[in-house]
Amino acid sequence: MSELEPVIGLEIHVQLATRTKMFCGCALSFGDPPNTHTCPVCLGLPGALPVANARAVHFGVLIGLALGGEIAPSSTFHRKNYFYPDLPKGYQISQYDEPLSRGGSLGEVRIHRVHLEEDAAKLIHVGESGRIHGSAASVVDFNRGGTPLVEIVTEPDLHSPESAREWLGLLRTTLRQLGVSDVNMEEGSLRCDANVSLRPAGREELGTKTELKNMNSFRFVERGVHAEIARQAALLAAGEAVEQETLHFDPSGGTLTSLRSKEEAHDYRYFPEPDLVPLAVTPEMVEAARAELPELPAARAARYEAELGLPADLARQHAHRAELGDYFEAAVAAAPAGVAPRVVANWTGNELVARIGDDDPGAAKVTPQALAALVGLLDAGTVTGAGARTVLDRLVADGGDPQAIVAAEGLGALGDDEGLGEIVAAALAAHPDAAEKVRAGNLKALGPIVGQVMRETKGRADGGEVQRIVREQLAG
Amino acid sequence: MSDVLALSAAAAAEAVRAGALDAAELFATYRERAAAEDLGAFLWLADGPGEPPGPDAPLAGVPLAAKDLFCVRGVPSQAGSRILEGYRPPYTATVVERLQDAGAPLLGKTNQDEFAMGSSNENSGFGPVRNPWDRTRVPGGSSGGSAAAVAAGLAPWAIGTDTGGSIRQPAALCGIVGLKPTYGAVSRSGMIAFASSLDQAGPLTRDVTDAALLLGHMVGHDRRDATSVPFPEPIARPAEGDLRGVRLGVPEELSADGIEDGVRTAFDATLALARELGATVEPCRLPHAPHALSAYYLIAPAEASANLARFDGVRYGLRVEGDGDLVSMYTRTRAAGFGPEVKRRIMLGTYALSSGYYDAYYGRALRVRTKITEDFRAAFERFDFVVTPTSPTVAFPLGERTDDPLAMYLSDYCTVPMPLAGIPAISIPNGLADGLPTGFQIAGPAFSENKILQAAFALEGAIGFDGSAARA
Amino acid sequence: MIDRAQVLHVARLARLELTDDEVERASRELSTILDHIARIGELDLDAVPPTSHVVEVTTPLRADEPEPSLPVQEALAAAPDPYDGGFRVPSPGA
Ligand SMILES: [Mg+2]
Ligand SMILES: [Zn+2]
Repeated sequence: MSELEPVIGLEIHVQLATRTKMFCGCALSFGDPPNTHTCPVCLGLPGALPVANARAVHFGVLIGLALGGEIAPSSTFHRKNYFYPDLPKGYQISQYDEPLSRGGSLGEVRIHRVHLEEDAAKLIHVGESGRIHGSAASVVDFNRGGTPLVEIVTEPDLHSPESAREWLGLLRTTLRQLGVSDVNMEEGSLRCDANVSLRPAGREELGTKTELKNMNSFRFVERGVHAEIARQAALLAAGEAVEQETLHFDPSGGTLTSLRSKEEAHDYRYFPEPDLVPLAVTPEMVEAARAELPELPAARAARYEAELGLPADLARQHAHRAELGDYFEAAVAAAPAGVAPRVVANWTGNELVARIGDDDPGAAKVTPQALAALVGLLDAGTVTGAGARTVLDRLVADGGDPQAIVAAEGLGALGDDEGLGEIVAAALAAHPDAAEKVRAGNLKALGPIVGQVMRETKGRADGGEVQRIVREQLAG
Repeated sequence: MSDVLALSAAAAAEAVRAGALDAAELFATYRERAAAEDLGAFLWLADGPGEPPGPDAPLAGVPLAAKDLFCVRGVPSQAGSRILEGYRPPYTATVVERLQDAGAPLLGKTNQDEFAMGSSNENSGFGPVRNPWDRTRVPGGSSGGSAAAVAAGLAPWAIGTDTGGSIRQPAALCGIVGLKPTYGAVSRSGMIAFASSLDQAGPLTRDVTDAALLLGHMVGHDRRDATSVPFPEPIARPAEGDLRGVRLGVPEELSADGIEDGVRTAFDATLALARELGATVEPCRLPHAPHALSAYYLIAPAEASANLARFDGVRYGLRVEGDGDLVSMYTRTRAAGFGPEVKRRIMLGTYALSSGYYDAYYGRALRVRTKITEDFRAAFERFDFVVTPTSPTVAFPLGERTDDPLAMYLSDYCTVPMPLAGIPAISIPNGLADGLPTGFQIAGPAFSENKILQAAFALEGAIGFDGSAARA
Repeated sequence: MIDRAQVLHVARLARLELTDDEVERASRELSTILDHIARIGELDLDAVPPTSHVVEVTTPLRADEPEPSLPVQEALAAAPDPYDGGFRVPSPGA
């Protein structure tokens, strides 16, 4: 059996950070007592009618534009019909064949569509119902019901769980920069479903896909997709067929369970929502949104390469992690003249990240100014690379001023005048035959000599300086 | 007392403003009659008028009867359905609010076909309504309670809703005036929905002047209804005048087959009067009108199947516990709460929308709707109004059509095309056939209410219909 | 013609419990109605656009300004099974 290629598409639901719900004036809330933010509209009371939220539409347009989509001058709300206790009207107002935005791309992934809809309410399990013995009961809280949602559907352009996770990170950064959502997966303001299928590498047509529902963290998306790829591969290897179904990933056991049985086949009976006439997005509305667009990761990466001379990978790393990019730019601004941004990026992208991991650099004890000063000291030869790394350890742990730390801990680079000459002389004396070879021109023999000097100076000596003094003394 | 009863609503309002009539006495008179009624017209009555009207309140304390499906805060609003028995909403429908603000206190809630689905009021979850002209016959529907109440003098005037004829047909069968406004002219906020793209609230009154007065305080944009539109001009009180220069079109499709003799005789007599008043009367074509009923009985049930999904036993209304699981709670609650006609239409609408059938049924119906709208547009290039009998028959005996849904649906034959096109139409009483009222329908282009009322007023004067027998 | 199986499928979608007579009756009545309705199948409508709204306006947008919500006791006033500030239901899938 030939090599199998995973094909992954994502469906992301984004809760918009508006003040009120999609179709009524109830304030959005998180963690308030149940049913304290409801009205006839979001409770689905008889006779209540929806009226669309202007800012939600604006946010939808912003997202569509940021993803390079084509904003529809007229789009239609539909009713998606199904019964569920968290769905007060018995239908969800969503968009179907005429979405707000079509096409576009983010990074290497093409966007299929972006549309507006309303969120469902929350079901809280409360154990046994008092009414019928032995039957499980839930309580519905409609505070979340009707929260504006934007649904983003990608083309199946992802081919590994890792790239799916990385792309989600890029999407989250983009949405955060747009200021349209809290994009917090744990709190459910960003929710991701994945469509997964396998096909023989190089083949065009797609295999049967399954849908993984509501994985509420980036890690779970990666692990869930991993598990599903393995499950499908095993089926195919055993000569069995993959069934089209919806699966739930349980992160605790890493297991996948089927959500819907086929006989409960879904028939949503979409039809145009008669309570809402078509949504018209005027050229003025589109231009207003376009004018608000911040610099997005792709553009930022391009600028880092073109204007700051960063290599592609560093540029991408800083652009796709907005907080790191901001930190880097602050450090560049504070760095002494003549210090190349590329050098600063090395320290933010490699040394700093190695120490703070996924934490927000903006919240780190080491300020961009301090880091800039440290890079300055290194550039001026005041401190060696090894010394600077030690200083950064201190800065990350306790913050403070690099200059002061260098002085206090005596981490400054040693010069000739500070007795480096004597230490070199001692090393030459300790390795006479190595010294001979060096004098004869065999620079490889420098190793043991420089090694001893470094040991003696605990890395405070600059390698180039040491070699200069060695040659000087041997010549002398 | 009886002289109070003889007054039209507009006349009563003038009497109150002139100090010749006490608003409280006016309310009491009707409250008493309504409390004593045996037609089944009312489902709930107010104890009193509440705040007396201000000196310059345009509706001057003339009490209003409202169809059960209008939500009124704290007042039972059940849409004639057992699934909403005793339900008291926390808010009031915009149109009721406006009429109360204009000085019309709520007298009571009137009986109706369940969720406005019916043409005889026999589908009410709370019993039928009898026709005051002949108690063995239906008042028409779905606004049967409102029509019977006004005809019998149990209320000076009333509001109802019209989706496929639910104001005009009962008005015709009860010998009163009923007007369905242009779609969007009156807010639907707080009106328990049947078919959202067709439903419109309108007045049911004793005469055309009352209809104009009441309608004038119902129309207007409402930010709570995304489909509501501002009315381009104030609704004027119709003035004395004739029909000179008015061109009436009589569509063959709606006036040829299936019209009862008595109804036809009255219709022809009214056309003759129209000519005497100076109108020109010519045949016109609405080629797709014969398909309007089919389109209507796909579109309305489809929308209804979704509108009625919210009655699920979770947040309000009836709940029947099942076997402890969710699905059996849903299916038994809805089985117990909805009547046969409502179930029939939910099934029909669900089927028309279900995968594999959408294009053949709902999708086609929406295209037929386009053709019907075009037919009217074309007709109004040659005619000011299209006129038809309102109902093919006079009031029929209770029970006659309950076992034959299709026959029942056919009673909407002449009234269904207008809501599909969203245009306004009025029904005025134009005579009696074997002692039972007949109705004359006048339909005009969108927002032509003032012109329609003016023409109806001229005809009303010439017809000289006397409805007092039903109030005796 | 809509048969028993179709009636049951539609009833399931619409969450309606039907007795056997009701199923039989629905099949008969719906068939009669659909036969009548099916006449629109004769019309040539391929070139005709659908009409789902008769008013020629585009949807008005509401300013994103909070309005007062219902007091929780009013929201729950009509609830058949209020519990702990919420609406109690049998758990889905239970
Ligand atoms: Mg969705
Ligand atoms: Zn709300």
